[in-house]
Amino acid sequence: MKALRFIIPAIVFAAIAWFLLAGLDRNPRDLPSQLKDKPAPDFSLPVTHDPARNWSPQDLRGRVWLLNVWGSWCAACRIEHPVWNELARSGEIPIVGLAWKDLPENSLDWLRRLGNPYTVVVSDVEGRVGIDYGVYGAPETFLIDGDGIIRYKHVGAITPELVRTKLLPMARQLGGS
Amino acid sequence: MIAEFGQYMLALAFAVAVILGVLPLAGSFLRGSTGARLMAVDRPAALLLAALGILAFVSLATLFARNDFSVLLVAMHSNLQLPLPYRIAATWGSHEGSMLLWVFILSFWTGAVAIFSSSLPDVLRARILSTLAFIAAGFLLFLLFTSNPFERLMPPAADGRDLNPMLQDPGMVFHPPLLYMGYVGLSVAFAFAVAGMIQGRFDAAWARWARPWTIVAWCFLTLGIALGSIWAYYELGWGGWWFWDPVENASFMPWLVATALVHSLAVAEKRGTFKSWTVLLAILGFGLSLLGTFIVRSGVITSVHAFATDPARGVFILLFLTIVVGGSLLLFAVRAPTIGNGPGFAAISREALLLSNNVLLVVAMAAVLLGTLYPLILDTLDMGKISVGPPYFDSVFVPLMAPALFLMGIGPIARWKEARLPDLYARLRWALAISVMAALLLPLTVDGFRPLTSIGLFFALWITACVLVAVADMLRGPDGRLSLRRFLLHPASAWGMHLGHLGVAVFVAGVTISNSWSVDRELRMEPGQTVVLGDYAIRFTGLKPLTGPNYDSTQGRFEVRRAGAAADGKPLAILSPEKRIYRASGQPMTEAAIDRGLTRDVYLSMGEPLDGNAWVVRAHVKPFINWIWLGCLIMAVGGFVSAADRRYRQHAVRRRAAARIVPASA
Repeated sequence: MKALRFIIPAIVFAAIAWFLLAGLDRNPRDLPSQLKDKPAPDFSLPVTHDPARNWSPQDLRGRVWLLNVWGSWCAACRIEHPVWNELARSGEIPIVGLAWKDLPENSLDWLRRLGNPYTVVVSDVEGRVGIDYGVYGAPETFLIDGDGIIRYKHVGAITPELVRTKLLPMARQLGGS
Repeated sequence: MIAEFGQYMLALAFAVAVILGVLPLAGSFLRGSTGARLMAVDRPAALLLAALGILAFVSLATLFARNDFSVLLVAMHSNLQLPLPYRIAATWGSHEGSMLLWVFILSFWTGAVAIFSSSLPDVLRARILSTLAFIAAGFLLFLLFTSNPFERLMPPAADGRDLNPMLQDPGMVFHPPLLYMGYVGLSVAFAFAVAGMIQGRFDAAWARWARPWTIVAWCFLTLGIALGSIWAYYELGWGGWWFWDPVENASFMPWLVATALVHSLAVAEKRGTFKSWTVLLAILGFGLSLLGTFIVRSGVITSVHAFATDPARGVFILLFLTIVVGGSLLLFAVRAPTIGNGPGFAAISREALLLSNNVLLVVAMAAVLLGTLYPLILDTLDMGKISVGPPYFDSVFVPLMAPALFLMGIGPIARWKEARLPDLYARLRWALAISVMAALLLPLTVDGFRPLTSIGLFFALWITACVLVAVADMLRGPDGRLSLRRFLLHPASAWGMHLGHLGVAVFVAGVTISNSWSVDRELRMEPGQTVVLGDYAIRFTGLKPLTGPNYDSTQGRFEVRRAGAAADGKPLAILSPEKRIYRASGQPMTEAAIDRGLTRDVYLSMGEPLDGNAWVVRAHVKPFINWIWLGCLIMAVGGFVSAADRRYRQHAVRRRAAARIVPASA
């Protein structure tokens, strides 16, 4: 019986390997199938700059917009932030910030320091809306069309190239049709 | 031509690796002259493999240096404007290139083992080299079939797409090679373990052979991780140095296990105990290196660092990981019961302390592994997608490391087999008293009582004090007087150990002090404006546009003076942080400017332009931050000193001497 304990490492490894194999099918950069071309989950969250007021995706009905999930604690969000600032200057598309699992005072501090590219920022302090959107980790970005349907999702920091080759062309196409 | 030559070298290397993986191993099971002849293939084949690996790598580096855009990889990751050092670094800046670097370093290590293994028994050496060749064959297959770095592009591109600007940095030139030297170096310990399991015997000689290789790999891993951390510190532009990012974790987990392995090998050598545990650690260490490669290369976990990912390739690495790690763990399950435990030891003894430290290190590794894989596991079980942030890692890792740091001080002082608490207390009470008092008082002299700072300082001081006690004992003669002449009486491995431990103390001090007393502010600054930050006055004197080889930049000029010094006096430092836009990709990058010092860094980075000439400027004063990396450097130097111990080479010298005598007498 005592000799059996030496097989434990092999069993633990088998379990990890199984999860890794299963994980390969689930590219975290992909939109989960249950959300693809489905309506963006509705929510109503306090506006970070004015917590007395609530904001909901209904307010942008009829427009193509971006939902950017970020947090002041998130390293990669800092990397992509200048890209958002740049896009916001063009004013081409509304960018809604979902301050995910972040205290409003930290979010505000962050925006004051690094600039605020967002049309509106809402605070999802407990991360419930993040769960509805299947958020895996910040940053994530959703492209939502005028009918409130999620058309594209990007996990991880966005790049100027992605904005140029993917987000803007898709947004223009969706806005035109 | 060069591309075809490189590819040819890879194919040849694969053939040689298969031969080396099969023939000597088969020969090691045969008796008589056939077995001996088959085993004799091992060293020439290993050297040939090393030569082919080097040639293949140099081919790709040459293609990058010459900016040959008829090669797909070069066109994807280089650019006409990219300066030469970064073109060379771009060789390993892509997936294919970094896998080639992996193969190159593995073949290098294999060759090194072949050269420095004259003291090993033929059977053991044949099996070690075969194991290494098997791993090399797997990676070469991976390169040739899924990630060919030499693929042509027809028609050739006029210009390349450029290397990720974040990687265009001196730190990134050296970080991957050092890290891979460590990662791949662990394959040598792994091969020793596999060969040992096949022969079913682990004696002190086995541990003595495996030790220097493992220590050297550990040193490179330490340096590689430290360099990556320095790079993150100045390149990412917000002054952090560790983010618990999956890719950082991927390099940190093998480090934790390798640290445990280095110590358990010491016990296996000196006391003949911990043998099955040592073997398990050797498998784990290399297994985690492979897992790290899988995580980075498969894109299974999202990461800031995922510069080159492709899920399809993950299948291959996972399969390979399963064969190598799963196979060796099964071998372990079969063989471990027969390895035996070696002599016992008391609950308070150096063995017990080292075992506790080993367990803490491995549990810490498991905690990091869990945090890294947890999102994936939940996702696979359809329990939702989540992310685990630094709060998890900080709250789990720090409490696990605290007792390890405490025990680290006592370990080298406790006696083997059985130590007595009253003895230990008698020898260490002054060290304990002084470090407790100093840790409590030091923060009071700065700005008052800080419990967490005191705890951190205590560990740094405690380790230092314990090292001093041990060193004093080593230098004390029979007459009780200290004498530096006794320095040479002790083996290099002992000095290396104490130096390495001092490195940990320096590291802990750096982390504690910089975390406790860093000042950072993000401000709106206009040219001419002065802000006071801590002891420093920082004056923004102006902006100028700058044209780099492949980027355009706005450079700020800041003068740093002591707070209260005359504003027209000579500044302590002039800092020029930049905001760059890389032309090929349009990517903006922040280049921080740092005035480095042993006791503090003044760190400036430029955020966003505001109205007029005003900018968002981020300014930090970070006391003792360089001690973090200085500590890592001292640890690595300690490791190298240990590995250079004469005892590890004596064996070889004696054998060579014996070999010279034989023909003379014959």
